[in-house]
Amino acid sequence: MSLEVRGVTKRVDGETHIHPTDLTLEPGAFNVLLGTTGAGKTTLMQIMAGLERPTAGTVWFGGTDVTGVAVQTRNVSLVHQQFINYPNLTVFENIASPLRVARRPKAEIRDRVERMAALMKLTPMLGRRPAALSGGQQQRCAMARALVKDASLVLLDEPLANLDFKLREELRDELPRLFADRDCVVVYATTEPTEALLLGGTTATLFEGRVAQVGPTGTVYRQPDTLTSAQVFSEPPMNTAAVTKRGETFEMSDGTTWTAPEAARGLPDGAYVFGIRPHHVTPHPTGAHPVALDGLVLLTELSGSDTVVHFRHGEGEAAETWVSQAHGIHALRVGQVARLHMDVAQGLFFDRAGARIAA
Amino acid sequence: MTKTVNQKAWLFVLPVLILVAFNAFIPLMTVVNYSVQETFGDNTFFWAGLMWFEDVLHSPRFHDALLRQLTFTFTILAIEIPLGVAIALTMPRRGVWVPVCLVTMALPLLIPWNVVGAIWNIFALPDIGLLGQVLNGLGFDYNFTRQPGAAWFTLIAMDVWHWTSLVVLLAYAGLVSIPDAFYQAAKIDGASGWAIFRYIQLPKMKRVLTIAVLLRFMDSFNIYTEPFVLTGGGPGNSTTLLSIDLVKVALGQFDLGPAAAMSLIYFLIVLLLSWVFYTLMMRNEDS
Repeated sequence: MSLEVRGVTKRVDGETHIHPTDLTLEPGAFNVLLGTTGAGKTTLMQIMAGLERPTAGTVWFGGTDVTGVAVQTRNVSLVHQQFINYPNLTVFENIASPLRVARRPKAEIRDRVERMAALMKLTPMLGRRPAALSGGQQQRCAMARALVKDASLVLLDEPLANLDFKLREELRDELPRLFADRDCVVVYATTEPTEALLLGGTTATLFEGRVAQVGPTGTVYRQPDTLTSAQVFSEPPMNTAAVTKRGETFEMSDGTTWTAPEAARGLPDGAYVFGIRPHHVTPHPTGAHPVALDGLVLLTELSGSDTVVHFRHGEGEAAETWVSQAHGIHALRVGQVARLHMDVAQGLFFDRAGARIAA
Repeated sequence: MTKTVNQKAWLFVLPVLILVAFNAFIPLMTVVNYSVQETFGDNTFFWAGLMWFEDVLHSPRFHDALLRQLTFTFTILAIEIPLGVAIALTMPRRGVWVPVCLVTMALPLLIPWNVVGAIWNIFALPDIGLLGQVLNGLGFDYNFTRQPGAAWFTLIAMDVWHWTSLVVLLAYAGLVSIPDAFYQAAKIDGASGWAIFRYIQLPKMKRVLTIAVLLRFMDSFNIYTEPFVLTGGGPGNSTTLLSIDLVKVALGQFDLGPAAAMSLIYFLIVLLLSWVFYTLMMRNEDS
């Protein structure tokens, strides 16, 4: 049973939230919708769930058109970014609520709620009310309520965004396990590229109400079709520079030249946009084809076990702010001119319109 | 160890101390003073002890007024709270009609109490008032200046008309603060309209409704102007609520001692019942 979105658009008060979109979402693996806030992830999910009607286009589930079908009669679950639970019901009653609405027998409800609570590590909290739980427990309770009813479509709308870092990692590890033996379409919206990579499956990159690219997560990450898709799927943002190819050499606007990496040798001469992810720009030469780059250090920060350095490269008009992300702690002082190295073999080349040129 | 004493600090607290002293503490103590003494109005006082308190607590007249007061307050609470919630539920959550609804709702609250009394007095007059004419035209024998039942009906209708808006506005504020996600979650669960009300809207409105109940309780328990303007507590004593009775004792008969004792008992009843309401509605809040 797959979910298909065909030519769906959504306009509200003359403003287009979703441009004509086609997507096919399959069961068995995570379908990640990746995009910044406002890209249309939530709107798209609400259309998939049946909470919103598309302005045009249809939604198909398992070969039937479900566009106009009320959400109550579809077998759908949705976990919101906010922790949504019934405030005056206990955790047990909260998890049981969809089963009670479906009038399942009492014994079955008790059994299923208890198993779900055990899976979600909520067993000691079953008698408490949501307000007495921590944020992570509240969200696990909301997830348990969404999962207990064996929905055929499970929509997770940034479920981990409001959790603190540790809990987010913990739940993120648990998620694939929760869906491992389920035959349902799972859609997961997130703003974080790392989250998409960890969840695997299929990723659709969204930008300003359009799907930029769809495909297996790894492929979308490594071989973005467009500069937009690459930017959506890069955190910190991908570094870009205008480059000109002449024969075997690429020249950057500040005059830095480097010989073309093997993969880009076949490109015809001309102007390109060169893109390289921050972790391929490092304080020490790495990779197959390092090119030195001098820059004025603007800001350094530690992110986990990585050092992130923002630096200015080039002079005057042509100056660009670049980001380097390297494992370990690197002592770079703000204001110092540092030499960094980019592995151009890992770079991507786009034409002026933003389409990637595969060499 | 020496403590620095900053004498200047007193200057900053002084204005509020004077204000509180004049508008609360001194009047209250004056009442306490009167309540334990007997005076004949010539500024001579005799110690009376708890005599006035015993008198008031044993007086059938006070019992009747208190009973009328409780009946009035609980009747209007039983009408205004559910009605206010029901109206708030039908109001739009967003759109151009929201300000229209809010302003319309707020109108009765802007009218001074004695004007409300005057409006309803004329409105309900059986010979020239619209309400009186209509009711009599429909075959009801309705005359609020003569029939206790009609007077009560008018009094309650007037209070409901005047104050339900307050409950509506508070309940509405509670309703609009519920994120859409709650409604979506309930829809997805397949919850009925009643279940949404019972398990989402009502619990989310609990705090504002507690405030609404407390405000309406205290205000209605202290009501004076409207029944005074409407019938002056009549016909007979039928709508003589506590405050009207108190004014009769204090200013009509000039029995300052009993009136002072009655004021204090009245005050303690309001305080006690407010506490009971608050405790009842806030229990389980943090369990």
